[in-house]
Amino acid sequence: MDKMFNGTLDRDRAADYPLRRREVVAQLLADRGDMLVVAGLGAPVWDCTAVEDHPLNFPLWGAMGGAAALGLGLAMAQPGRRVLVITGDGEMLMGLGALTTIGAQQPDNLAVVVCDNERYGETGMQLTHTAGNLDLPAMALAAGFATAAKISSDNEFKAALPAIRTALGRTASGPGFWSIKIRAEETGIGAMPPKDGVTLKDRFRSALLGQK
Amino acid sequence: MQTDRAGGEPEDWTGAIFSVLRDWDVAQVAYVPDAGHSDLIIRCDQADGMRLVPLTTEEEGIALLAGAWLGGQRGVLLMQSSGVGNCINMLSLARVCRFPLLSLVTMRGQWGEFNPWQVPMGQLTPKVLADADNLVFAVDDARQIGAAVTGAARMAFEGPAQAAVLIGQAVIGAKSFGK
Repeated sequence: MDKMFNGTLDRDRAADYPLRRREVVAQLLADRGDMLVVAGLGAPVWDCTAVEDHPLNFPLWGAMGGAAALGLGLAMAQPGRRVLVITGDGEMLMGLGALTTIGAQQPDNLAVVVCDNERYGETGMQLTHTAGNLDLPAMALAAGFATAAKISSDNEFKAALPAIRTALGRTASGPGFWSIKIRAEETGIGAMPPKDGVTLKDRFRSALLGQK
Repeated sequence: MQTDRAGGEPEDWTGAIFSVLRDWDVAQVAYVPDAGHSDLIIRCDQADGMRLVPLTTEEEGIALLAGAWLGGQRGVLLMQSSGVGNCINMLSLARVCRFPLLSLVTMRGQWGEFNPWQVPMGQLTPKVLADADNLVFAVDDARQIGAAVTGAARMAFEGPAQAAVLIGQAVIGAKSFGK
């Protein structure tokens, strides 16, 4: 195949990335304790639900570009809980301004993880900007995140896992951002969470607050 | 502070809004600024228990306040009418999940606007908000703003519903360069 639109994007490299999305997310959510999880639309929703359709997951079936901002509102409302946003590169790119809003607020209980396969996975695996030289962690650092890193190997992932899942009051100081480079592969949907937004909202608030 | 059009005492409509936000324990005040909101932003900034969250674009506020509600806090979104256009897809989050959403929109492009680029969204704002399932309360009299925000807040937080108060240029004045 010839170039799709220009020469700055690499259509091949992500097919060989060693980390696999379902295994990465399973490790992020293993023994999750009282963690609150926001899943950005698309594959991160299926990845999280494959682990468990947990009431303290808030999976987004739409609202593209909103996952990190939603996580920020939740993190500020629940400063005693770890809030983990798991989203994709396409979803994150649509809401990059939220990185700067998070940087301005400095919630130390918020972690944003981008499962970065360099693809729009739900629409035919078209390349995203991260297939080029775009450095999302550098953008997060510039926006004021306390920690930001790219993770490309299992060793790097294992080393970062405690920080990503940090319980509060230990080492976290300020928001964290991790771009986990995962293999570009179509994993299928698998388990789906409820589609009804009211159900998702009510069960989350019920599990967290004991009320609707 | 604004002198009402009947020439009576200045109407502290910003204070009226602030009281409503206090009554409802609004904790997150998300905004893209507008001159008409500048006094309210200062009051909220100085208030214990209120956290200002400046946004880069208004749609962030829809998502932010959904997260706040999931975590047990109430919020408000302050923006100008041109910002409403940035919110449309994200409003589906509030609509589908029935998140409460209280928006206070200062109007541009409506009444004596000097800048034609503000006119399209100013004219479209009530229509697109209503189309996106918002309850819309347009206010052109400073004396009625407190009551309008009181009603909108109740319908938003107890509905839950999306409720927007449109604060007209008849209240805030039409902006002009050099005044």
